[in-house]
Parts: sequence; structure tokens; C-alpha cells
Amino acid sequence: MFIFLIAQQRTHWILSQIQFFLYFLKKKSFSDVSLFRNTFLFIINPEEETVLSKGWMSFILLTYVECLWTVFSLELVVAEYHRKIKEAFEVFDHEANNTVDVREIGTIIRSLGCCPSEGELHDLIAEVEEEEPTGYIRYEKFLPVMTEVLLERRYRPIPEDTLLRAFEVLDSSKRGFLTREELIKYMTEEGEPFSQEEMEEMLSAAVDPESNSIHYKDYIAMMVVDES
Amino acid sequence: MGCGTSSSTKDRKSEKALKAALVIQNWYRGYSARLKARQRYALTIFQSIEYADEQGQLQLSNFFSFMLENYTQIHEKDPELVARLFGRTLQDSKDRQEYVSFVDVPDSYNGPRLQFPLTFTDIDLLVEAFKQQQILHAHYVLEVLFETKRVLKQMPNFTQVKTSPTKEITICGDLHGKLDDLFLIFYKNGLPSGSNSYIFNGDFVDRGKHSMEILMILFVSFLVYPNDLHLNRGNHEDFMMNLRYGFTKEILHKYKLHGKKILQILEDVYTWLPIGTIIDNEILVIHGGISESTDLNLLHRIERHKMKSVLMPPISIDEDQDTDLKKTKTGANVVPREGKTNESPSEQLPKHEWEQVIDILWSDPRGKRGCYPNTSRGGGCYFGPDITSKILNKFQLKMLIRSHECKPEGYEICHDGKVVTVFSASNYYEEGSNRGAYIKLCCDMTPRFFQYQVTRATCLRPLYQRVNTMESSAIRILKERMLSRKTDLIRAFQLQDRSKSGKLSMGQWAFSMENTLGLNLPWRSLSPHLVTTDKNGNINYMSTFQDIHIQKPVKEAQSTLIETLYRYRSDLQIIFNVIDSDHSGLISMEEFRAMWKLFNSHYSIHIEDFQVDELAERMDLNKDGSIDFNEFLKAFYVVHKLEKLNKSDANLL
Repeated sequence: MFIFLIAQQRTHWILSQIQFFLYFLKKKSFSDVSLFRNTFLFIINPEEETVLSKGWMSFILLTYVECLWTVFSLELVVAEYHRKIKEAFEVFDHEANNTVDVREIGTIIRSLGCCPSEGELHDLIAEVEEEEPTGYIRYEKFLPVMTEVLLERRYRPIPEDTLLRAFEVLDSSKRGFLTREELIKYMTEEGEPFSQEEMEEMLSAAVDPESNSIHYKDYIAMMVVDES
Repeated sequence: MGCGTSSSTKDRKSEKALKAALVIQNWYRGYSARLKARQRYALTIFQSIEYADEQGQLQLSNFFSFMLENYTQIHEKDPELVARLFGRTLQDSKDRQEYVSFVDVPDSYNGPRLQFPLTFTDIDLLVEAFKQQQILHAHYVLEVLFETKRVLKQMPNFTQVKTSPTKEITICGDLHGKLDDLFLIFYKNGLPSGSNSYIFNGDFVDRGKHSMEILMILFVSFLVYPNDLHLNRGNHEDFMMNLRYGFTKEILHKYKLHGKKILQILEDVYTWLPIGTIIDNEILVIHGGISESTDLNLLHRIERHKMKSVLMPPISIDEDQDTDLKKTKTGANVVPREGKTNESPSEQLPKHEWEQVIDILWSDPRGKRGCYPNTSRGGGCYFGPDITSKILNKFQLKMLIRSHECKPEGYEICHDGKVVTVFSASNYYEEGSNRGAYIKLCCDMTPRFFQYQVTRATCLRPLYQRVNTMESSAIRILKERMLSRKTDLIRAFQLQDRSKSGKLSMGQWAFSMENTLGLNLPWRSLSPHLVTTDKNGNINYMSTFQDIHIQKPVKEAQSTLIETLYRYRSDLQIIFNVIDSDHSGLISMEEFRAMWKLFNSHYSIHIEDFQVDELAERMDLNKDGSIDFNEFLKAFYVVHKLEKLNKSDANLL
């Protein structure tokens, strides 16, 4: 669908095009993209007999070509995301009927590289659940929501140095380690508390059996290596 | 919250601590979830490869049909081979004395000695002996097998069991040769006895290293308490499956002198195992599952001992001139043969009965409604909740308990509570892969589930270590599989790589892998373990093969030949074993050549005959005209460059 835009005033119109392009870049979400997908804006300035100066013309045309290119490559990116999400979903879809247990949604989302907090996770689950929660999440509802999350790069993982600083905050006397009791107290009483199972799991890997304490710098280094 | 000076620094401090705790918790949960996802991926890999193998196994039956069609010399020269493949029973009259009496127990033997008739002391004796890693002498093995066959013959196809408020029954699933799991069950739940009933739901053997010990304990317990220990046949209680999945090897290794005899009797014993158990006329316990055509009334009547093996579908002798290949529900081609043999049809089950048994032993429940051929395994079908309801209602049953599939928690309930899967081999694929479970049932009460996991150490290793072990194991077998299809994979990659750059996009690589290997795996998530990616996100596809190669048994042998032989090594082993009817471990060069020619043409492999001849001649180390095929096939193993591999670890046949 081609919309022929007839501009009365050259500069006013050029500014509006730049505005549009910037808005488009900022938003970069799939739903908006599809709206503009087949829109091609041609410019004709009827006031002057000659067409807009070549310089401006090329600038604008290039802008539109870039827009279109972004749109198409975005579509490719989205298609890849879809496949990635599908793969992760299918692994947990035990009955091969495009549903997963709601208790595994957190694992799926995190396995795709996102790190939502428990509260954020609850909100996400609310978005993908049925009106009458069945305990199962359907793929059809999960896919668009997860695609948005990936496109918007929400819930980025915590960088290593932030994590280190967090431990250092808890280690107020700057000893370089936390005792078992201290870690338990913080993890089970502050923030979004751990369950007993989570606490035990963390301790089994983090505690140095000889000193019965957590040398967090080593611990972080070990975990990071394991993930790569 | 409350007492003390509420100075702003204190507030700020606790706020900082709160934020820090949140960061750590957030990070940890993300990490833990990714670990669990990796564990799942590893499980998926193990499972897909296992099922793909089973499928390959079942397709062998095509080859056998083909072989018999074309290998005309066999009929004259080797009637025994024909008999094996057509499922004719060994002369049943092979006297028990003839076998057992020739096997003497030397005085120097300090293993367990059983006293016939067996009593509960013999069960204890065996359990204690096996805990000490002792091996039961072949004499006793044979006696037990003969006695078991005699007693089993008197049992109906479906054992009827009643529970009472004072008498519960315990149901265990697949054990697959994992003796530690059986010991753990007995430790937690007590040995079988008159007041402690058990049902073992098939697949006692194969894969694990102690299939023989498990079988002996189960059979002896059965002989002592025939009304309280019930055995169901599983798809691995099948001599053909044992050939591929390790039990035959275990027997021949542990019983070098008398292994062959044991194998021959075992074939028969399997066929007399009951098909299933029915509890209180309400609960059906079978190994695999059902299909839409399952007819319990029919199954009650069939002659179950005629069901030899899943690889031996009945041939329709009296089929007419129609030579169209008919695809059965299993996908196996049943070629009607025109009476090429003097095989009497009464030695086999009619086709529809055979299919019914296959469905019972091989089917899997799925969420999708309806009944579909089980394409992953190649046998039986996938049955949906509607099928379950229909069949259960038709025969006035309330629940189906089955095994056959490994579940991470050891058990799984599906189809609205009507189908329960119980699996009793923990750490089935790898240490840490899954729990085992058993069920205790009583009258009208809801079933209770008990889970466990065998560990070598006294305490559980941290999760990340367990996941790492599982993951590396899974990736290894996946890589070996990829290697066995190297030529096909490279061709697929090159087809997509128009510009010959050596690179493909993630989507193209994943597509080629899935199509060529036929495994439905999360390729994108697995790619970091399998290939290298450049900074643009494109994959160097040749890096798929960088860390591993097949050890060439003979230096001059060509790669494609090696690859093909490696790929078909399991099939070849079975074929050789079948040809080698006297279990000598050797076949003649002539047999090898003829068999290879057939294999070549049936599987459309493009290997020149002379190449294989050359290879075989080199394998015939003592130049006596016969090939030790186990040695031949052992020579092909995969070397993983990044790991220290000792030969005993090599995941081969």
C-alpha cells in the first residue's frame, strides 16, 4: 500500500519524517512494525516545479530503505526468536500437546537468557495464563508474550561485578567471605526469600567444607565458568 | 521494624542489604533454572537417541525378511538359521537332564549354592551373595531357568491378584539390570514374602551390568512365592533385544563355558512370562500400553509362548499372489512369502494377535487424542486419553499402570489419573538423570508413591556437578551419533551453503541437523556445545566434527567405509549374532561376505565389496578363515579428543 504524501512546506515535512524514523527506532516492537510494514512514503513537493534537491531526496530515500531493511531483518530476528522459544517450550511439553505445567514456566523463561525477579515472573505468568487458570500454559499464549520480552531485551541477566558488589555489601566487615549462618539469614529473611530447598541447594555448592564459609569471589568465578 | 533509633543510615544500610539480597536471589534463581533446563536437555537427548535406536532395531526385521528372500543358500546349508528367524522353537524335548547334569559344580566354587525345592533362605542367600559381587554358577542358573519355565507354563496370560486391607501390593517398573535399585527397593520395602506381594512390570534386563543377578533373584523369589511375586513381560524380555542392548553380552561374559546353553533356555522362558496382571479386577498392569484395537478377551486366549520376538513378525504363508509390501501398524514391512519353507503356521501367532502383543509391550501414552503409530520407537502406538477411557470402560477397568518410559521423578500420572507410569531404574541414562519409584496399592485406597535415587557417595553431589556429568555424557553420545552420519551431514550443510563460505546461519544449521539425524532436539540451545560460532552469530559447520573422530582399526581403510561400519555396528552385531547360531563368536569369511553383500544392497550403502573384503581379511588375525566379529566391531570406537578415554569407558555396542 503506497501512501503518497504531498507536502506543502518542505522543511516542516522533512522534520516530521525524521521524527517518524526516530520514533520507529525507539519503539522497535513487533506490533508497531507490522503496522508500518508495507507503508511506503513517497514524497512529492508540488510547490516547486523541480523536485526536491537531490541531496534531500537521497537522504529521505535512504531513510526509508533503512526502515524497510530494519523491518525485514527484524522479521528474521523474530522468526529466529520464535524457533528458539518453541524449542525451549517443547522440551518441557511432556505430553506433546503444546502445553507446559505452569510451575515450569519460570525455568523456561530463564533458560532463554532472561532473569526476572519472582515478582516480575508472577506478572508474566498472569499474562500468559488462561482466564480460568488450569495449571497449564498454552504455547499460543506464551509465544507472543515471550517474543516481546526477548525483543525488548527485558530482564537482562546480572553482570558479574554487580553480583560481586552485592556480596560485598552483605559482607560488612569486608572479610572476603560470609559465614553459613549469615548467608542463610540474608537469603531466607530478606528480599524475595529462598525456600528451604533453594537454600540447601545453594549451600551445597557454595560452602567451602573446610572453613564452613562462603568465599564469594571464588564461588562467583566457579559459577561463571560453569555457565560459559 | 520498631525499636531502636531509626536513623537514616540504618535505613539506608538495610535497604542496601535488601537490594543486595535481591540481586543474589535473582541471579541464583536464574542460574538454578538454567541448570534444570540443561538437565532437561540432556534427558531429551538421551531419550531421543534411545528411541531412535529402538526404531533402528525394529527396522532390522525388514532386513531379515529381505535376507531370507534373497539368501537362498541359507535354506539348504543352515536350516537352523531359518528356524531361528522363523521363530521355530528349539526341540522342546531338549531334556532338562541333558542340560543340567552336564554342568558340574566344582568344589572350589564358593558362590551361593541353591537347594531345590527353593525356600526363602535361598532368596536371602542370593541377595547376600550378589551384594558381595559373587556370580551364581551356571548349574544353578540352568536349574532355576528350567524350573521357572515349568511353573510359568501353568500361569494364565494375565495373572489375577487380589488385595486386602492387610495385604498391600507393591508395583515396580523397569529395572534394566540395575541391581542397586532392586536392593534399595528391598531395603525400603522388604523382601518378597507371603505377606509382601510384588509385581515387577517387565524390562528386568539389558543396559545395566547385573541383569543376570536381577533375573535370578526375581525368578527364585517367584519359585518360592509363586502367588505373591508376579512378573510381567517387557519389550526387553526378548532375545533379539538382548543381542543389541547388552544382556547377551553379559551372559556370554559371565558364563564363558555355558553361556550359550543359558541363552537358549532363556529365549523360551521369556515367551512364557505373563503378558500382564490385573489387580482386584480394576487395575491393569502391563509393560507398555494399549491401542485402540486392544482386546483383552482375545489376549486372555492367545498362546503367548508363540510370541518369540518383536523382530520376528509372523509371515503369512497362505497369503496369495499379492506381493505388495503391506505396512503394518508398526511400520514394519511384512512381505508375504510363498511357502518357501516347511515352517508350519501353527508355530506362530496370527498376525493380528502378534500385533496386539506388540501394542501391549511397546505403546506410550500421549496427550494428543487418538491412536497413532509410535514413530520414535518404531513399534506399538501412541495412545491418547480418549483411547484410555474407551478401553478401560470397555473392560470395566479403572486404571492402567505401566512402565516402559523413563520419567525424571520415577513416576508420572497422566490421562486424568487413569494412566500411571512407574519406572524403577534411577540414574537410568547417567548418574543424576532421574529418580526411581515404586507404587504401593491397597484395595480402594489411592496409590502411594515412593521415590529414591541410588548414589555412589554417601551424600548427594551439588546440583551443578550432577548436571555437568549428565550433560557431558549426553553431548558425547550425541556427537558420536553425529559422527556416524558425517558424510550425510556435510552434504546437507554444503547444500545450504551456496557461497561455500563454510558458514551457515543458526536456522540453516539447525534445520540440516534435525533433518539428517531425524532427532527432534533443541538444536539452538545445544549449539554452544556442538559447534563454534563467529561474532556475527554464524556457525562454522565443519566445527561440528572437530573434537572427535573414529579410531581406524586399520590405517589404510577409507573413511566412508569406517563411518558406515561404525554407523551400522549395532545392526551388524545383531545380524552376526543371528547368523552365528551356535554362539561361537565366529563366522566364516564366506558367510561374512554373503551377508555383507545383502546388507549392502538392502540398505543401499555404496561401499565396494572388495573394500569390505580387504577389511575382513585384515580382521581375520589368525588367518583361519573365520572372523571374530565381536573383535571386528569393537575395533570401531570413537575418540573424543578433549577427554581422556579408556577403552572400557568407550560407549560402543
